[in-house]
Amino acid sequence: MFALTMIRLIRSLTIALTSLLIAAGAASAHPHVWVTMKSAVVYGPDGSITGVRHAWTFDDMYSAFAVQGLESKKKGEFTTEELKPLAQVNVESLKEYDFFTYAKANGKNVTFAEPVDYSLEFNPKDTVLTLHFVLPLKAPLKAKALELEVFDPSYFVDFSLVEKDPVSLEKAPAGCQIGLAKPQEMTKEMAQKLAEIPPDGKIPDNSYGAAFSNKISVKCP
Amino acid sequence: MSLTRVAGGRAAIALMLFAAAAACLLAAGVLDVALAQGTPFGAPRGAPAPLPPADGIIGWILAKQAEFYQNFSRIIRAAKTDGSAVWTLLGVSFLYGIFHAAGPGHGKAVISSYLVANEETWRRGIVLSFASAFLQAFVAVALVGVAAVILNATARQMCDAGRVIELASYALIASLGARLIWVKGKGFIREARGLGRPLHAVGAAVTPKDHHEHDHQHHDHGHHHDHDHDQHGHAHHGHDHAHHDHGHHHGHEHHDHDHDHDSAWGHAHGPEPQELAGPGGWQRGLSAIVAVGLRPCSGAIIVLVFALAQGLFWAGVAATFVMGLGTAITVAAIATIAVGFRSAAKHMASTRSGYGMLAMRGIEVGAAVVVLAFGTLLLAGYMVTERGACF
Repeated sequence: MFALTMIRLIRSLTIALTSLLIAAGAASAHPHVWVTMKSAVVYGPDGSITGVRHAWTFDDMYSAFAVQGLESKKKGEFTTEELKPLAQVNVESLKEYDFFTYAKANGKNVTFAEPVDYSLEFNPKDTVLTLHFVLPLKAPLKAKALELEVFDPSYFVDFSLVEKDPVSLEKAPAGCQIGLAKPQEMTKEMAQKLAEIPPDGKIPDNSYGAAFSNKISVKCP
Repeated sequence: MSLTRVAGGRAAIALMLFAAAAACLLAAGVLDVALAQGTPFGAPRGAPAPLPPADGIIGWILAKQAEFYQNFSRIIRAAKTDGSAVWTLLGVSFLYGIFHAAGPGHGKAVISSYLVANEETWRRGIVLSFASAFLQAFVAVALVGVAAVILNATARQMCDAGRVIELASYALIASLGARLIWVKGKGFIREARGLGRPLHAVGAAVTPKDHHEHDHQHHDHGHHHDHDHDQHGHAHHGHDHAHHDHGHHHGHEHHDHDHDHDSAWGHAHGPEPQELAGPGGWQRGLSAIVAVGLRPCSGAIIVLVFALAQGLFWAGVAATFVMGLGTAITVAAIATIAVGFRSAAKHMASTRSGYGMLAMRGIEVGAAVVVLAFGTLLLAGYMVTERGACF
């Protein structure tokens, strides 16, 4: 009898611990940097894709961190000129993370070359930094279908698309169309569902996981 | 507690417990590794690791964490004009700490493994969790305080400093693991060798009381010794302890390793300081605290620098320490579970002569290996606890 009770106890403990660890593990993805992004797919005169132009606006806390210790003529404000060395450092470091940009053209992985046209812009009103850069394709290519994803696999950086016109096409051939799978916002319904986790611990079904990636697709005829 | 009765059911339970303890450590380790490693270090180019699944309650934890963190900015700004916002800041920091510590880089796996390997009590596990969390908060405050406030260093320079501290922390974790393997490995081998001897039957009937007696002996010897000898002394201590634990009374003479910390308790023979000092004394515990707590949390650094930029550095400091308190609670909870599994396993093992204790020693060695593996992988860059805010 004793043994049976113990086994039951251990079993439930193990289950509890395992779920705790899984929850803990998933929560390990914890962003410290938030980026609101605006991107453009750039086309060459012959209609081939030449690169991706990014404008990433960092959250105010990270922006304050990034400009810490930097010299500026006007206190608390930074010109693009003053931020030039930082922009350089940014794009160089981002290389290690593949610029968080992953693309597939016609189903094949696309490789990017070194970034060009990079600069940092400081918005004194919101005290936020925006990093502008163009990520050229190693070899320009024509693609009927382009899939572009911007995210940090370790989720240290949270990427979200800007509200208004998050993606645009530059000099694209006629008939190209943008498709977006925006990360889900926490809707009232979702929040309510989550709040109503029943006592038996059965978690209501929702697709929160898909909420964190920004999938951009461009289809051309 | 009838120790002489050897029930077959108990043996099965003991086995289950070993498995559970091992699985938990492994899970703690693997989760930390797997989820932390989805960085470009680990992910092949063009084929990024998928985002961790985040459904239901997990998604909720994630969302909460992000929400708390993002609130810092708003609350700190508000605190500039409204003093009461500081209380909100502290409350949010506390909650954030609790949720945040579930992530990697707060030493759950290392502390839990250390506790299991080193036969620590749950009380000491809690002390270690709190101490390391506070050290972590302190290092973040010290780093930003010195680098940003005094030296007006740039983010980049702080990142570089942080990197050096991080490497030191990983090296310490690795050496802690190596030391534990040395100590526990010897215990394991001795146990394995002793299995054949008839004397060993006595070993099965050892109760935790022996543990106390053993500690008392040490308390009687209040010798001082410096850090250089520390490691040596500890090794002997652990080795000595392993003996006592299974009933050998070789009477090892390495009593010269007693610690200043023990005397700090005024040679009190009450159970508490003893229990807290644990095997290896305070100094081995201290090395675990430093190894885990040395690495500051990037989140805390960002919050501190932001608070500094807002002219409210002190609010950032307060928030960081309260965050540490929250972190400590989560880490302590997980550490307590690990210790609980270990002592349950030990209890079962004590009913099985010979092999039970051998399995216990095996678990300890295994946990020590986990600590070493963590340190080594982190050092080698194959595993990332938490990326610095450096790009």
